[in-house]
Amino acid sequence: MEVLLNNLDSFGSGLRLTVALALTSFSGALAIGLVIAAFRVSPVPPLRAAGAFYVETIRNIPPLVLLLVFYFGFPDIGIVYSEFVSAALILAIYTAAFVGEAIRAGINTVSRGQAEAARAIGLTFTQTLGLVVMPQALRSVVPPLGNLFIALVKNTSLASVISVAELTFISKRLITSTAQGLLVFLGTAIAYLILTLPAGWVIGRIEQKVSIRR
Amino acid sequence: MMPQTPLVVVEQVNKYFGEMQALKDINLSVDKGEVVVVIGPSGSGKSTLCRCINRLETLDSGTITIDGVPLPEEGKALAAIRADVGMVFQSFNLFAHKNVLKNVTMGPIKVRGKSRSEAEAEAMELLKRVGIAQKAQSYPAELSGGQQQRAAIARALAMNPKVMLFDEPTSALDPEMIKEVLDVMVELATEGTTMIVVTHEMGFARSAAQRVVFMDGGEILEIAPPQQFFDSPQTERAQDFLSKILAH
Repeated sequence: MEVLLNNLDSFGSGLRLTVALALTSFSGALAIGLVIAAFRVSPVPPLRAAGAFYVETIRNIPPLVLLLVFYFGFPDIGIVYSEFVSAALILAIYTAAFVGEAIRAGINTVSRGQAEAARAIGLTFTQTLGLVVMPQALRSVVPPLGNLFIALVKNTSLASVISVAELTFISKRLITSTAQGLLVFLGTAIAYLILTLPAGWVIGRIEQKVSIRR
Repeated sequence: MMPQTPLVVVEQVNKYFGEMQALKDINLSVDKGEVVVVIGPSGSGKSTLCRCINRLETLDSGTITIDGVPLPEEGKALAAIRADVGMVFQSFNLFAHKNVLKNVTMGPIKVRGKSRSEAEAEAMELLKRVGIAQKAQSYPAELSGGQQQRAAIARALAMNPKVMLFDEPTSALDPEMIKEVLDVMVELATEGTTMIVVTHEMGFARSAAQRVVFMDGGEILEIAPPQQFFDSPQTERAQDFLSKILAH
């Protein structure tokens, strides 16, 4: 136990970086995912194709590979970012593919008549989506987005391979210095639970809150 | 006086759903202030025609002009034309996440750029006119079908449209509610609103229409004043249709 108690500071800093990474990349994923979903339901065929291409490419490549290509490969073509930014960017881009699909599924749960009525009073496509369809779609999208957030929190551990000093990286370093693999990794697992369990609870609350009236 | 150009002109319109031809060489023009009622059996293309007029359905050939302007491709110009064409749907389609007042004010605020207070004052006037002012704060799910449809009519009217399209506005309603919606429509008609109404309500066609359009199999078979159409239909198909629906 001592190995954990003596290193609470390091765990704390790793935890903070994990949270920062998760929140940054999730915000990015939501923003990109919204655009992707809008593309995929757009009346303009090239935009639909671009949206589909993004989803089919990004979600079918392991996030670790995306990260390695970006961090170790892209400097060859002059694209260089810090470890943290690289990790946040790739996690955002990767998660956005799934967010886009979740939002698109939500859009499809809103009856066609809602969008038709919106267009019939002269709203543009963007207004129709933003004022009428999305607000109704997002209600049914909260649970899958919650799942994606939890998956993202866990995926932040990938950033350890490019030396972002988040939880997993910290624990790997502790093991090299202490050789107490079981305890350290158990501690790390518990630290992830401390993040993900409350997240699940918050998601449940949001779900209740947005579903009251319709 | 200069001869008046019709408000809505449909010329040589054809529309297919896959192999099925939904509209065949449709020609129709509607003058300002005119009430045209489109009747015909299910699947005759009358709803499709109605939906083509504000381009909720695209045309395969032919043209439709509204107040002299041909319907443009999807985009801002089309949105502008749709703002001038009111549409009332069979299934009401009120925005489920907004109360009645917000349903009615959304278009005036977001499309016409009116202030909230101005839009709300006008919306309350309209809601009074259709008899549901007391339901302004209710959500669509809390209203009866008839109330929802009257709210939907108010929402369309709030845009000050040049023409109102009604796509089977009473087909999803109980008999009692049909009357309350038809009453509103009759009032609009007598006030000189330009209306194109797809309906199975023959009573409304008789009393409110200037012309009745009879469609079957995607074609317009007859256009006549209601008296003439109901008393002496020219085509066999129309005679057959009327004998069936007026038998009871």
